[in-house]
Amino acid sequence: MRIPCPTCGERDVGEFTYGGDATVARPAMDETDPAVWNRFVYDRENPRGAHLEFWQHTGGCRAWIKLQRNVLTHEVGASELVGPWSKPSEKDAQTKRQEPVE
Amino acid sequence: MGHYSVFSLVKNAMTGHRNWQRAWRSPDPKPKYDVIIVGGGGHGLATAYYLAKEHGITNVAVIEKGWLGGGNVGRNTTIVRSNYMLPANTRFYEWSMKLWEGLSQDLNYNVMFSSRGVLNLAHTPAQIDAYARRGNSMRLQGVDAELLDRDQVARMVPGLDVSEAARFPVIGGLCQPRGGTARHDAVAWGYARGASDRGVDIIEQCETTGFLFDDQGRVSGVKTTRGDIRAAKVGVAVAGNTSNVLRTAGVERLPIESHVLQAFVSEPLKPLIDTVVTFGAGHLYISQSDKGGLVFGGDIDGYNSYAQRGNLPIVEHVAAMAVAMFPNLSRLRLLRHWGGIMDMSMDGSPIITTGPLEGLYLNAGWCYGGFKATPASGWCFAWTIAKDQPHALNADFTLERFHQGRTIDERGAGPQPRLH
Amino acid sequence: MSGYRLKSGGLVDRSKRLNFTFDGKRYGGFAGDTLASALLANGVSLFGRSFKYHRPRGVYSAGPEEPNALVTLRNAGRSEPNTKATVVELYEGLEAHSQNRWPNLQYDLLSINQIGGPMLVAGFYYKTFMGPTRKAWMLYEHFIRKAAGLGAASKEADPDRYEKSNLFCDVLVVGAGPAGLAAALAAGRAGARVVLADENAQAGGALLGEKEETIDSLPAQDWVAQSLAELAALPDVSIMPRTTVYGYYDHNVLGAVERVADHFATPNAHQARQKHWTIRCASVVLATGAIERPIVFDGNDKPGVMLADSARRFALRQGIAVGRKVVVFTNNDSAYRSAVDLKDAGVEIAAIVDPRGDLSSPLKGAVQTRGIRLLTAHVVTGAKGGNALKTVEIAPFNPESQTVGESREWIAADSLAVSGGWTPTIHLASQAGGKPVFNAEIASFVPGEALQNWRAAGACKGDLALKDCLSAGANAGALAAKDAGFASGTTPAFDVTLPAHAGSGGSLYPLWEVTRPKGPKGKKFVDLQHDVTAQDVRLAQCEGFESVEHLKRYTTLGMAADQGKTSNVNGLALMAAALERSIPEVGTTRFRPPYTPVALGALAGRETGFHISPVRRTPMHDLHVKAGADMLTAGQWMRPQVYRKSGEDVFDAYVREARRVREGVGMVDVSTLGKIDVQGPDAQEFLNRVYSNGFKTLAVGKARYGLMLREDGCLFDDGTTWRLGETRYLMTTTTANAAGVLSHLEFLLATVWPEMRVQVTSVTEQWAGIAVAGPKSRALLQSVIEDLDLSNEGVPFMGVCPATLDDIPVLVARLSFSGELAYEVYAGSNYGAALWEKLMLAGEAYDLVPYGTEALGTLRIEKGHVAGPELDGRTTARDLGLGGMTSRKKHYIGRPLMEREALNEDNRQRLVGVISSNGTPLRAGSHLVEGKTAEQPGRSLGHVSSTTYSPAIDKFIALALLEGGWEENKDRRLFAADPLRGGHDPVEVVSPCFFDKDGSRMHV
Repeated sequence: MRIPCPTCGERDVGEFTYGGDATVARPAMDETDPAVWNRFVYDRENPRGAHLEFWQHTGGCRAWIKLQRNVLTHEVGASELVGPWSKPSEKDAQTKRQEPVE
Repeated sequence: MGHYSVFSLVKNAMTGHRNWQRAWRSPDPKPKYDVIIVGGGGHGLATAYYLAKEHGITNVAVIEKGWLGGGNVGRNTTIVRSNYMLPANTRFYEWSMKLWEGLSQDLNYNVMFSSRGVLNLAHTPAQIDAYARRGNSMRLQGVDAELLDRDQVARMVPGLDVSEAARFPVIGGLCQPRGGTARHDAVAWGYARGASDRGVDIIEQCETTGFLFDDQGRVSGVKTTRGDIRAAKVGVAVAGNTSNVLRTAGVERLPIESHVLQAFVSEPLKPLIDTVVTFGAGHLYISQSDKGGLVFGGDIDGYNSYAQRGNLPIVEHVAAMAVAMFPNLSRLRLLRHWGGIMDMSMDGSPIITTGPLEGLYLNAGWCYGGFKATPASGWCFAWTIAKDQPHALNADFTLERFHQGRTIDERGAGPQPRLH
Repeated sequence: MSGYRLKSGGLVDRSKRLNFTFDGKRYGGFAGDTLASALLANGVSLFGRSFKYHRPRGVYSAGPEEPNALVTLRNAGRSEPNTKATVVELYEGLEAHSQNRWPNLQYDLLSINQIGGPMLVAGFYYKTFMGPTRKAWMLYEHFIRKAAGLGAASKEADPDRYEKSNLFCDVLVVGAGPAGLAAALAAGRAGARVVLADENAQAGGALLGEKEETIDSLPAQDWVAQSLAELAALPDVSIMPRTTVYGYYDHNVLGAVERVADHFATPNAHQARQKHWTIRCASVVLATGAIERPIVFDGNDKPGVMLADSARRFALRQGIAVGRKVVVFTNNDSAYRSAVDLKDAGVEIAAIVDPRGDLSSPLKGAVQTRGIRLLTAHVVTGAKGGNALKTVEIAPFNPESQTVGESREWIAADSLAVSGGWTPTIHLASQAGGKPVFNAEIASFVPGEALQNWRAAGACKGDLALKDCLSAGANAGALAAKDAGFASGTTPAFDVTLPAHAGSGGSLYPLWEVTRPKGPKGKKFVDLQHDVTAQDVRLAQCEGFESVEHLKRYTTLGMAADQGKTSNVNGLALMAAALERSIPEVGTTRFRPPYTPVALGALAGRETGFHISPVRRTPMHDLHVKAGADMLTAGQWMRPQVYRKSGEDVFDAYVREARRVREGVGMVDVSTLGKIDVQGPDAQEFLNRVYSNGFKTLAVGKARYGLMLREDGCLFDDGTTWRLGETRYLMTTTTANAAGVLSHLEFLLATVWPEMRVQVTSVTEQWAGIAVAGPKSRALLQSVIEDLDLSNEGVPFMGVCPATLDDIPVLVARLSFSGELAYEVYAGSNYGAALWEKLMLAGEAYDLVPYGTEALGTLRIEKGHVAGPELDGRTTARDLGLGGMTSRKKHYIGRPLMEREALNEDNRQRLVGVISSNGTPLRAGSHLVEGKTAEQPGRSLGHVSSTTYSPAIDKFIALALLEGGWEENKDRRLFAADPLRGGHDPVEVVSPCFFDKDGSRMHV
């Protein structure tokens, strides 16, 4: 399996660490209802098909990314950086989306 | 149905083996049953068998979307053990072990349960301490366990690298002598035959597409590709597909992720490894099948997957660990590798429970330890369905335990399925 | 069979004689021989014994599909069981042994299994061996295991090396036969980076050794040579012979093994035996060819029966006649080439037996011209012979009614060449594709839908005619290049001429099994290697094992080391016939990698043995070793356990070290701790959220011990974090969790609080750390540090200050894990060794002792400080008596779920101290029980997690986790039960802090 890292280009799955379902949003820090936290920590849709998920490029740039991947076919779609770098300026976006260099 | 024995073999040999009966009947589904089990894998078939045998409930259908035993019961590395540390696990798996020990005779089907010992290697004093904790926990619950030193390990497993020069020198190990292996397919077939013989309808090529509900909103049957089938009680035992099957009943989320685990077999060889050995400095388990193939596996690939195949990094890593443990395996060849879908629960332990809906019963979350659990899982699930409450053996395997904070986390890895 | 070397012909180099042995007997062959061909040339017909019945077996094929001729190659650590003699290139000194026979190949006692044959049907073992006792299976199994298995593995380590490499290309072409060559040419000409891999030593595939075809007016051989030359001249094309592409993984990642040195007796110096390639490419052309399949009849496994095209290949490639009198049995045109070529090479063809009623006239003409006896509308009903074929039994056949006539003829023959048609080699296509599709014309499966970017071309797609192979290959190559972004020109048309008797690919008469209407019902093999017979297939059907997967698993059809290359389709056809369904209705199983078996060593590469995991050494490692420390593995790290003096054992050493720390001063290497640099304007807020205790009040120049929880409220990690500046912190983690904590922090910053201006970086390897502990630590350090006042005022408890130690810039932090007055001294890791040496030198005046992890443990256990054994992933802060460190004033990771009732029940297992009441050492892993005797221990109430002898209080002590905690249990008489090691000793339950409860010693 190969995963497109938005900063490094397409890289082997062996360079990445899985971070699970990326549609699960962490409740606000001041949320006090344990049921909300329980759902966040334990409950997953676990779909058989399209899956938005977190990966970290631990063997590369260490960025956390969101990847669209079909868990039945393993087909990958777009990936994007998450975090403070997730919304680059137009100019940055152009330089970052260039063809991967091997 | 005919009794299997050496005499039946001789008798049939005389007539050219043309008179054997089907191992299990292949009926069309009836419109209504007392109990429907969704999933014709090891656990589902065992459940049907024990429903009939232990509880006299024989008006039962097992609904299988493909061919019987095509899931994890036919894809695993066949290891049977009860060397768990946490009491909820130890007592459940030990009950399974006891059922294994009489299973061939009980089923009149040779499942080739071979108590050749399961040995976990230790490489550091801290690991010895952890194994001692586990082994003592087993012993205090009446389960066999032995702590071996390096020389004992070396004698038990010739060919194992026990040298000081190893990267992680072996200093001892925890052995469960009664542990071992069984012939995986035979378990599915034996339970299928036993269940069918007692009146259970096993319906293959019949996919469950949804659930039927009565006026009170209680589950009252299943919709299938072969039509609606009604039942007072519906048990689900579909391993990696649990989330999908329950979604069709309106249960959107579960404490389960589906992951792919790969398994490996070498070319057949004369006896080489006589026990089940697991590497303590990584994750590898290896044994030799009666046919001679070395059967081994390692970690799950580590990402959600419903594809029954994995990828190269794990293949390479598992081979590397195998060769590190046994340097004489280097020139032997990998014959085949494949994947299965594991229902990885959030604490690494299973769920056998009533619910989560009225009329529904759930058996899931086996991670990659489901094979050895097959007899006890079926036995406890049958009890739970028949009595509408869990047996003491599975009372802790609830679905609520996650939210309650009563997880059974054998590895202490926390709510991260890929780490269990 | 009595094969022999023809006077001329073949691609072997007759000037280069090679000596080899088989079962100890010496033979000679030529360069260019395979082990199989060389043995055939020497008249050897018996190669091995079958799996179950131990029937004598010869060589059945000339390629990787070989089911019978398996040998153990080489010896000792290099021995390779189950090696197909048909793919072993002969080399000088080759040594091979037959397998699965005792005492020898000619007389195998286990061939007695043939007598029990009627009993040993598919699945017989499921029906018996169940008595008389439950344990009886263990006895049966012992003998069954011995009888099963084929070759024996060596007990010695493999002395050879394996390498791994990655390869990136635009187009990977698998198979260098006509289709593959044409594809590579088309893609290469378009400018794509092309890799052409072929499992054989020489490229050419089916064209190898051909004499009659021409392509574009060139003899086929010359066309191959010319194509290879052109490919070699292209700048971006690599040709990889002896390279088997075995697996097709996700996203066009393919695994391949190059047999670098298997054609030598031993690899050359510094040469790897095999090299594993991970190939990543834009597009793949699968030109993997096809494998001929047998026809099932009585005795079809006799040595001397083989695939027709293989017999021809032996003649064309190695100049070998597989027998002196050959019968050809075929249901299609292709085997006529075998008959004609063998005849032209001077071999007697006793007859061609063909179930079809009529043939095309060129075919008939070619046979008649050569005076070969042609028996159309006939079939072979049986083959006879012991260790070699003697006679072939034939009978008339009506192709319309598909009935075998009753009359018989026996033809003397030592070789029977069989062709039941061709099975496309769709293994890779099946691994990366949809369900294979049945092609009725060739009565076999061809690749299904491509689920990754690949195209099949040539025989593997069912195109058996040369011209079709070439044009399909060129087309596929051009399209593959286009997918990778290389526009191609027009695809060339190929001008091909074939001999008149080439026949046509669509001429197959599907004949799977021949059954005598009367007479003996001998064994008819479907899977030769696993001894699966036609009767076994029918038995499976009769017992309801009808699904192809059930058929495979119940009969073991196709599960042997040849993976059913010659048996799968026949098995399906027989099952279809038994079920009275069509073959596609029965379906086919999915092929699993690898295509042919792959050495585990090649998959492991060099990252095995000692290199299975990196070794991490601290900057002071060499000094520890020099000082005679016992080095211990802790994860990947090496740490000193004790510094033993002569005559000391580990116990003596750690007790001395720990005592000296409490009495004077000691130092320990703590460089393995995880260290994370946390910087940014929001760093303080960030730490306040990830730790359960408050970090808002931590001043610059101060450190604080922090607890980190998981989201589920259990303890994750602990460590001190030092505030080095307004916006800069140095966080330390436990050694084991360093990577996990960093990922955790990065995840939070990226996904949960992207707005926080914080950067985290691992600096574990940038810092060397030494803890200097003991009443004299201050004096010692002050003697080498001039620019910092180390007094209680100068560096208060938990204070952190930069300083210069001699001339080394250091950070001094007044932290104590031991409970003594103590400092941690950190320096850049390049200074680590110098720092250690300087402190050792300065320490001489203070009687400084270096101490290891053992004494470190002693000191922390005496103080009741928790570590790995207590932070076992199931404990909460409250369990470990650290409830006071969980703030009630702020929100932090893990708080909401930590507050769940179940995690706060009073009867949870909680940290206690334990003292041995009878002076017996306590052992970690013991359980605490109430029962007074080992025989009746009662249930476990908890377990002993960390143990030591305490020099401070002169007792054997331990930390333990016990239901209810220490105050609940302090008056109870409990026992440490250790049934594994045979201990059952009374203990006293006390507070987990054994020494200096008020902490006065570290606050001086």
